[in-house]
Amino acid sequence: MAAGTVWNNSEVEIAGVKLHLERAGSGRPVLVLHHDIGSPERLDFYDALANRFDVLVPHHPGYGKSERPQWLRSVRDVAVMYQWLLSDLGIDRPAIVGLGFGGWIAAEMATMMPNGPHRLVLVGAMGLKPPDGDIFDQAIVSYIDYAAAGFHDPAAFARVYGDVTTDQLVDWDLCREMCFRIAWKPYMYSQTLPHLLGGVKAPALIVWGDNDKIVPRSAGELYAAALPKARFETVHAAGHCVDMEQPETLARLVGGFIAEN
Amino acid sequence: MHVMYFTEQPMSAYPADIGLEFGATALMFSNKYYDPVAGSRLYNEYLEQYIYAEEMGVEGFMLNEHHNAPFCMQSKCNIFAAILAAVTKKAKIVLLGNPLPLAENPVRLAEELAMIDMISKGRLVSGFVRGGGQEQLANGISPAYNRERFEEAHDLIVAAWTREGPFRWEGTHYQHRVVNPWAVPLQKPYPRVWIPGVLSKETIIWAAKQRYPYIALNTSIEATKSIWKLYDEVAREMGYEAGPQNRGYLQQVHVSDSEEKAEKNARQFLWMQGEFTGLAHPVWSNPSGYFSPEFRRQFVEFAVGRAESPRGRPTFEKQVADGRVIYGTPDTVIPKLRHVLEETRPSIYGLWGNDGNVSNEDARTCIRLLGQEVMPAMREYGKQLGLTDPFEIDAPVHLRYSTDVKQMPQAAE
Repeated sequence: MAAGTVWNNSEVEIAGVKLHLERAGSGRPVLVLHHDIGSPERLDFYDALANRFDVLVPHHPGYGKSERPQWLRSVRDVAVMYQWLLSDLGIDRPAIVGLGFGGWIAAEMATMMPNGPHRLVLVGAMGLKPPDGDIFDQAIVSYIDYAAAGFHDPAAFARVYGDVTTDQLVDWDLCREMCFRIAWKPYMYSQTLPHLLGGVKAPALIVWGDNDKIVPRSAGELYAAALPKARFETVHAAGHCVDMEQPETLARLVGGFIAEN
Repeated sequence: MHVMYFTEQPMSAYPADIGLEFGATALMFSNKYYDPVAGSRLYNEYLEQYIYAEEMGVEGFMLNEHHNAPFCMQSKCNIFAAILAAVTKKAKIVLLGNPLPLAENPVRLAEELAMIDMISKGRLVSGFVRGGGQEQLANGISPAYNRERFEEAHDLIVAAWTREGPFRWEGTHYQHRVVNPWAVPLQKPYPRVWIPGVLSKETIIWAAKQRYPYIALNTSIEATKSIWKLYDEVAREMGYEAGPQNRGYLQQVHVSDSEEKAEKNARQFLWMQGEFTGLAHPVWSNPSGYFSPEFRRQFVEFAVGRAESPRGRPTFEKQVADGRVIYGTPDTVIPKLRHVLEETRPSIYGLWGNDGNVSNEDARTCIRLLGQEVMPAMREYGKQLGLTDPFEIDAPVHLRYSTDVKQMPQAAE
């Protein structure tokens, strides 16, 4: 679908840390925040959004090609760094699309913005303690097993990652180490975030894969209940990584929501 | 020479077949298979063995701890240390050691250790370790700050032992607005600290910088020599010459009254031996952030099952051949130990006598023969080789108490 999308990458210094930023498309700015396992260079989902919007995909501090801040201690710190990034880029009210772990960052960001983002999209978002079930603990399984658990269909995992290279394994290990540095305890959620979501003014779309083995659906329902203007959608035949497994469906859903008046 | 007796204190009374079938006997292997009746019997047997070891002439009790695994029952080495402090008289109580990063409150650890030192009338050697990877997971401690927490907890404990309180500690991982424990060690300036390890270069370098003896845990002779080479280089940079007093070695040595029985029991050293002594998934024993970044590429391949363990998993025969496992009667064992002493020249020697399902009776025979025949011969030979231990020469407890350190050139600004 989006053959020929031109992505520009740059290095942006925030809080003394060099962050890697991928950007493509034009129109309303959309900040896309990736998973805890980092992000492949290109994804059909990103391309599809870039056909309609000005899409920004930063690598989280310490993940992928972004430098590790030794001082970073919490996911809320990451959210503050991204507010700084938006301010430096002169972007006022972007739509924010958070994928999994990136959804937690997105939710934190939304609570900090006086008028909220334009739209908030949380896809299989971490960040809340699930009322029912637990967020899957990556510490007890290997890198490939964890990434694969994010998919409903093993064939979809193979399509995205192919034969997993040593570079990919190293990258996953670095991502995992960062998760252990900033989201270790409580694991992958904040105890204060649920109390702060009520102030988010933006309309929110909560999306869950119908076979998410990483974050229980109950966490999504809690987001939908805590955010004043939220709606909940389920994507069929998708695991946790809906963006990689059902890119077209998700892009249509998210694109439509962002473009709504 | 300071020669110690050690056992991992295995929880041998569990269904090993179920563990093998599950594929792991650490961290996630359910404690529903733990039998506290057998646990009670074994704890008491192990305590009695240590007490018996002193009667047989052993000079040191080496103790350690592990968590969530049957290969080691001791989940808090300070518990046995406290008991032995009260019921024994002479042997040093050598903890190798307390896993510092697991401590949420190192001041409390400093208090416990000070109490053990006072109750034992100054017999404590307080070793510190980083703890295996799975110990971090078993205790909910992030492996990513393991080394930072190790170093800071150490600094805080030493401060609690040596600085007049009250004082404040505003560190990176530990903050205490009042540090003023009313239990301080009997030994001054503070109890000796020995640092055991297997492979991390960083730990060897750190130990050498503190001038703390490094205890190589069951490494091959060749690996042990390269550890000393690195230690000696760092020592020279710090302005002192390292020697046998800085070197310790732990070795699996089972002695019995017949060669056959000795071999049968020595095979128990491989009881359930896996990635980290017990069978564990590589990402449990080496969680992200725990291991040296230099091993990252090598490790990730191993973690997903595409490469052999960097540490290897040698057979019993191979371990006997390269001298990591020694067994026999005192007559055959002593020459083998002489060879190790000649090659590695340590002054601190831990004899890991019994493991796995060795019976209480055979374990006691081993302890008797070690204490009465093997250890005296080792001490004698150590004397000939000039392997003087830290107690004999009153070696400085830490670099800062040295009187022989050469003036270091000032670092360039």
